[in-house]
Amino acid sequence: MKKGTIIRTAGPLVVASDCLGAKMYDMVRVGDIGLIGEIIELREDKAFIQVYEDTTGIGPGEPVLLTGEPLSVELGPGLIQSVFDGIQRPLDVIRAKEGDFVTRGIEVPHLNRTKKWDFKPLVRKGQSVEEGDFLGEVEETPLIKHKVMVPPGIKGKVTQIKKGKMTVQQEAAVIQDQEAEHKIRLFQVWSIRQNRKVKKRIMPENPLVTGQRVLDTLFPLAKGGTACVPGPFGSGKTVVQHQLAKWSDAQIIVFVACGERGNEVADLLLSFPELKDPSTGRPLMERTVIIANTSNMPVAAREASIYTGMTIAEYFRDMGYSVALMADSSSRWAEALREISGRMEEMPGEEGYPAYLASRLAEFYERAGKVKCLGSEDREGALSVIGAVSPPGGDLSDPVVQSTLKVVKVFWALDDKLANERHFPAINWQNSYSLYVDNIKDNWQEEVAEDFTEIRQEAMKLLEEESELLEIARLVGVESLSDTERLVLESAKSIREDFLHQNAFHPQDTYTSLRKQYLMLRIIIHFHNLGLNALEEGVPFNDIFQLEVRERISKMKFISEKEQEEEDSVHDVFIEVDRSFKELIKNKG
Amino acid sequence: MHKEYLTVSNIVGPLIIVEKIEDVKYGELVEIEDAGGHLRRGEVLDVSTERAVVQVFEGTTGLDVDESKVRFLGRSQKLRVSDEIVGRVFDGSGYPKDGGPEIIAKHTRDINGIPINPQARDYPSEFIQTGISSIDGMNPLVRGQKLPIFSGSGLPHSRIAAQIARQAKVLGKKEKFAVVFGGMGITFEEANFFIEDFRDTGALERSVVFLNLANEPPIERIATPRLALTCAEYLAFDLDMHVLVILVDYTFYAEALREISAARKEIPGRRGYPGYLYTDLATMYERAGRIKGKAGSITYIPILTMPEDDKTHPIADLTGYITEGQIMLSREIHRKGIYPPVDVLPSLSRLKDKGIGKGKTREDHADVLNQLFACYARGKDARELALILGEAALSDMDKIYLDFADRYEDEFVRQGESEARTIEQTLELGWKLLRMVPSAELKRISPEYLERYYSEDQ
Repeated sequence: MKKGTIIRTAGPLVVASDCLGAKMYDMVRVGDIGLIGEIIELREDKAFIQVYEDTTGIGPGEPVLLTGEPLSVELGPGLIQSVFDGIQRPLDVIRAKEGDFVTRGIEVPHLNRTKKWDFKPLVRKGQSVEEGDFLGEVEETPLIKHKVMVPPGIKGKVTQIKKGKMTVQQEAAVIQDQEAEHKIRLFQVWSIRQNRKVKKRIMPENPLVTGQRVLDTLFPLAKGGTACVPGPFGSGKTVVQHQLAKWSDAQIIVFVACGERGNEVADLLLSFPELKDPSTGRPLMERTVIIANTSNMPVAAREASIYTGMTIAEYFRDMGYSVALMADSSSRWAEALREISGRMEEMPGEEGYPAYLASRLAEFYERAGKVKCLGSEDREGALSVIGAVSPPGGDLSDPVVQSTLKVVKVFWALDDKLANERHFPAINWQNSYSLYVDNIKDNWQEEVAEDFTEIRQEAMKLLEEESELLEIARLVGVESLSDTERLVLESAKSIREDFLHQNAFHPQDTYTSLRKQYLMLRIIIHFHNLGLNALEEGVPFNDIFQLEVRERISKMKFISEKEQEEEDSVHDVFIEVDRSFKELIKNKG
Repeated sequence: MHKEYLTVSNIVGPLIIVEKIEDVKYGELVEIEDAGGHLRRGEVLDVSTERAVVQVFEGTTGLDVDESKVRFLGRSQKLRVSDEIVGRVFDGSGYPKDGGPEIIAKHTRDINGIPINPQARDYPSEFIQTGISSIDGMNPLVRGQKLPIFSGSGLPHSRIAAQIARQAKVLGKKEKFAVVFGGMGITFEEANFFIEDFRDTGALERSVVFLNLANEPPIERIATPRLALTCAEYLAFDLDMHVLVILVDYTFYAEALREISAARKEIPGRRGYPGYLYTDLATMYERAGRIKGKAGSITYIPILTMPEDDKTHPIADLTGYITEGQIMLSREIHRKGIYPPVDVLPSLSRLKDKGIGKGKTREDHADVLNQLFACYARGKDARELALILGEAALSDMDKIYLDFADRYEDEFVRQGESEARTIEQTLELGWKLLRMVPSAELKRISPEYLERYYSEDQ
């Protein structure tokens, strides 16, 4: 293997000479202890290398080994339930080998080499296959059938196909084309900076149901869509991300903890095996891959971590799964980019970030989408991406927020003020938006209810009116408002407190099905409409205000999904609202 | 013997540049002997085949280019540790400051530490009773948490930190407990306050103190917190102790970092602070925590003074993104003469949910906490409204809340400096205030607890 020589070390950046023949983004081993690095710039024979481990003790004169291969991940059975660092080294294996702290220069295989998987062939000998076709499958977890696909670029006849227990390294099939024989193992190797191929992109049209009322009803994300969650610290970004990882109805979750807290990762690791997937009842961990590069782990590996996560997510999408990737937080990724760029003495753009920040972000989010997968059968996969952004001081003019907003279609704005009032999720209903509503409208009408979009529209209108009325009330006092206006205020408050406010830590409140969301919101709107009617009939405002059924409305969120399914309890509240108003009008005066 | 270089070419601020070097490594510890024969220490920040950039911890005052001798020591900065370290006072570079002997090392530890494997972390869930209601009741601290105090110049953060150090305990347990205190750029008086306080209460015997005072070299401050944390790691994970680390004042630390960055002519991030401030802070803050299978823990209270009380200032802002919440102090409450002036609403403890409740504090804790937050927030709104429209314009309910907010600050937040309230007392105090409000308004408390506690001693 070719070798270069280090001529400079400055933090995560190492410069080496004698590197002619090296290619951009090739992986290298740096120094005598062989730290992993990646070439990010070439000037004549000099290679600029970002190193994924701490460079203390590395100095000029030490060798750099040029592997000639790009930085890659291994894609195969064993990904699910794993926790990897930013360059796909399994953290449990590192722990078993090195103890409780992550030391340097560790070399461990990405996927377990000894575990045996039960391979079931899905093709016969002699069959013609093309790239992306399923050769067979293994049951990776009770939730996930891991498909072994023909790697991109290969097409031909199956000359051999095996069956039964084997490790990832064993040959599962042989494909013969005109020129050569291709031996297919259970895993493929893929460069993290390279998009995985698809047949074509299609428009997203199904909602990604997250069980979070403010998201699903007001600002929905489509399967295959992109969203961003910016907010100052303490506004609940991470809780939102965790809730999405827990409850969204994607089949595979890839969670990238990029430069965040170690204890949060510990929380995921401890809670995910215990939590049950609402649709299957199996532990959530059985559909989850975690990439953990916490804030104290090397900064360059943080930069790589979101690409590692993305490549794994794309791989599962290629199998036809609906995948959701959460990146928490993309600001830390951008900072890593900035740090490396600064050390390379590049001309800075806004706030010291490199000029290519926006294009890198756009490239990243564009890897999301709903697609027709490779392969002769007609198969669709979706990859949704949700990125948290941590702008300094919560300032939305931050370059990372602004560059992200240019590419994502859903914006969930977290709000400091709401968080201080302990209104969670602290998503501001005035600033946030979703551009997918039109795409998924039809799906809502078919799957949830004919009038769902109208109810939603009405709720949005009430919230809008509320903010205008509050403005007036602040100037002249609530007393000066008309009864109708006060009813608007009360109804909007009910939407906020009884519907939008959702406690992530309450066993029932933490998840609400789309159907129940609809029923809840419909009741609040129904109450409002009957209230308007009652006012017209001359019922005093206070009588409406003091109706006992309001108490039941505020408790709707605590009705469990099971009870709702079996007894339709939310509908009882609806009937009760009707009954209360009839009585009210009968008894007036 | 280490090779001696007489090839210093430039001295810029806290940095020196050494030419024609051989076999120097990044991060290596450096010894510099000035013309008078005095030794200083430094660290390699950037190294290429021709030259090395070295930051000098003790500052460059009095150094010259022709007579300074530089030796590269072939290792990074280490702290010598043994169980005898407890009860000692060191300077900001780790030398004894109390007149005692040098520590005879059982181990030497790299002060930069290495990251805890996230897979090895145990989630912090043991409630620490600090005896301060506004912390225990509202923003509970748990073992292994990093919870900073965001203060401002002139606010009594030192007194609060000392009070926590004195009173902190885990309910129902007797365990080995130690305090590691680090001062960065603080005044002699402030440092003295801590040491005297620790001495008076006997806490000094179970403390380790690292001090870099305001008149001592600013660059030394880069090492001080790392020394303190390295010591804490040793006590926690080798000696199974529960360690509380208090470090004041991170603002001075960040300023020292900025000074070095500026001398290196790096491209600055916000307000002149280097772009890697986040990563730099994180490598320290993240050293707090628990490890599965180990008895000890590191609980970490960094203190910083926000310039102009601005929490969007990069130091506070980046800290808030790394730590698990923050205790915010308020000048307004301080002016009212209330101690401790904790501003409850913007304060937050992210790990509270797993640390409170039945079997840990009390079943109703979470509900009471949420309800107190809500009522106080409403009361403060009412106070604002009263300012604009006059108190007469408030509705009856608003008047109740206004009253609530006043009494909340006066009775719940205010307490004596040596007053250690148990969690039961704190919760009882909470209920006493909540009884001012009609029970129908207390929507955040489940009916069960309302029935059990609301009317208790009426």
